[in-house]
Amino acid sequence: MSADPTQVLAFETDCHLFDGCGFPAPGLHSFMFEPLWGNADGNGLYFNKPMLLALLSSIIVVGFFWAAFRKPKMVPGKLQMVAEAGYDFVRRGIVYETIGKKEGDKYVPLAVSLFFFIWMMNLWSIVPVASFPVTSIIAYPAVLAAIVYITWVSLTFKRHGFVGAFKNFTGYDKSLGAVLPLAMTIEFFSNLVVRPFTHAVRLFANMFAGHTLLLLFTIASWYMLNGIGIAYSGVSFVMVLVMTAFELFVQAVQAYVFVLLTCTFIQGALAEHH
Amino acid sequence: MNHALVQLAAEAEKENPLIPPWPELVIGLIAFVIVFGFLAKKLLPTINKVLEERREAIEGGIEKAEAAQTEAQSVLEQYKAQLAEARHEAARLRQEAQEQGATLIAEMRAEGQRQREEIVAAGHAQLDADRKAASSALRQDVGKLATELAGKLVGESLEDHARQSRVIDRFLDDLEEKAEATR
Repeated sequence: MSADPTQVLAFETDCHLFDGCGFPAPGLHSFMFEPLWGNADGNGLYFNKPMLLALLSSIIVVGFFWAAFRKPKMVPGKLQMVAEAGYDFVRRGIVYETIGKKEGDKYVPLAVSLFFFIWMMNLWSIVPVASFPVTSIIAYPAVLAAIVYITWVSLTFKRHGFVGAFKNFTGYDKSLGAVLPLAMTIEFFSNLVVRPFTHAVRLFANMFAGHTLLLLFTIASWYMLNGIGIAYSGVSFVMVLVMTAFELFVQAVQAYVFVLLTCTFIQGALAEHH
Repeated sequence: MNHALVQLAAEAEKENPLIPPWPELVIGLIAFVIVFGFLAKKLLPTINKVLEERREAIEGGIEKAEAAQTEAQSVLEQYKAQLAEARHEAARLRQEAQEQGATLIAEMRAEGQRQREEIVAAGHAQLDADRKAASSALRQDVGKLATELAGKLVGESLEDHARQSRVIDRFLDDLEEKAEATR
């Protein structure tokens, strides 16, 4: 985005192979954005490109479903049919499969919202100009994982009471005998501490890695565009196309996995402990 | 330009990518709440209602089709029953006709037999009568002829009537005896 002066794109440099300048490798700085508005230093308020993309994601998801479902028809039009297919995929393919129809119906809106919101945020990765997956910034997966965490933990307490929830979290099982305290400690730690962390990081790391790879090949295509390097540049550019297609796949898969895990956690919270 | 990149990279070293800055958390939360709010409160209930209506409509259609099918089935069975009945009736009629025909033929045959016997009997009677008439006529003629012949042969007139007829009868009896013997 041109309004972002320090976010230097490789194409804006004149740095090529044999020009005596090093390869401008992508790194953590590729995920730092100067604010479009405000000041990122300290605790000040600011607004940057990923935030803009996140809000745009909301608008696009809501806009899409608004256009499709606002005045739904018995005999659906094309848009409604596509939206229904997506809705049904999450509803039947994820929620009903894990939680079941009877209990799961209540969590369909959460799952559908999560899936399409995450997918849209991921999709920005391959949208020209935007070309940045919002979920490769930990804050966004973290918020969503926190929402899911609060949902299933409170649900466990509501369903099983305090003692029941404790047993649920620790996987209490008398038949374990002497190792029970150890097993309970591990389970407790795994369920309540590690689980939300991995839930968020799984999505974040996948998108982070994917974006880094895309950047690497894109920058390399530009950087090597000099002399004999042109041949390598061509190879690198083919890799850009391949990785873009692969990312398209990963984006959907990661959104799917995030929602699937969400439903699994909720199902675990609802399950009777025995 | 290049040293700007280096500077940015140096800045990035200080930041841990796993520690989210809170303004981004807030924006992320707001963005998700917008999506969830619209979908959960308005759009998904609307589409659910329509999906439910459609399901009912389809099920209603299926029910209608099922009703039509059962009706068609019952009508078909009715037709089949009627057809079977008609077939049965036809068979019965044919049977009856056959039986009637058989009795009729038998009656006709008996009648023919009777008529034939009657005709044969009548013919026999006629023949008998004719034979008797012929026989008596012959007897007279032969008697007269024989008398005349005998008279001529003997040369005398056999005037005596009684004697004459005795002679003739004797002669005829002889003839009959001979005929009996030869038969």
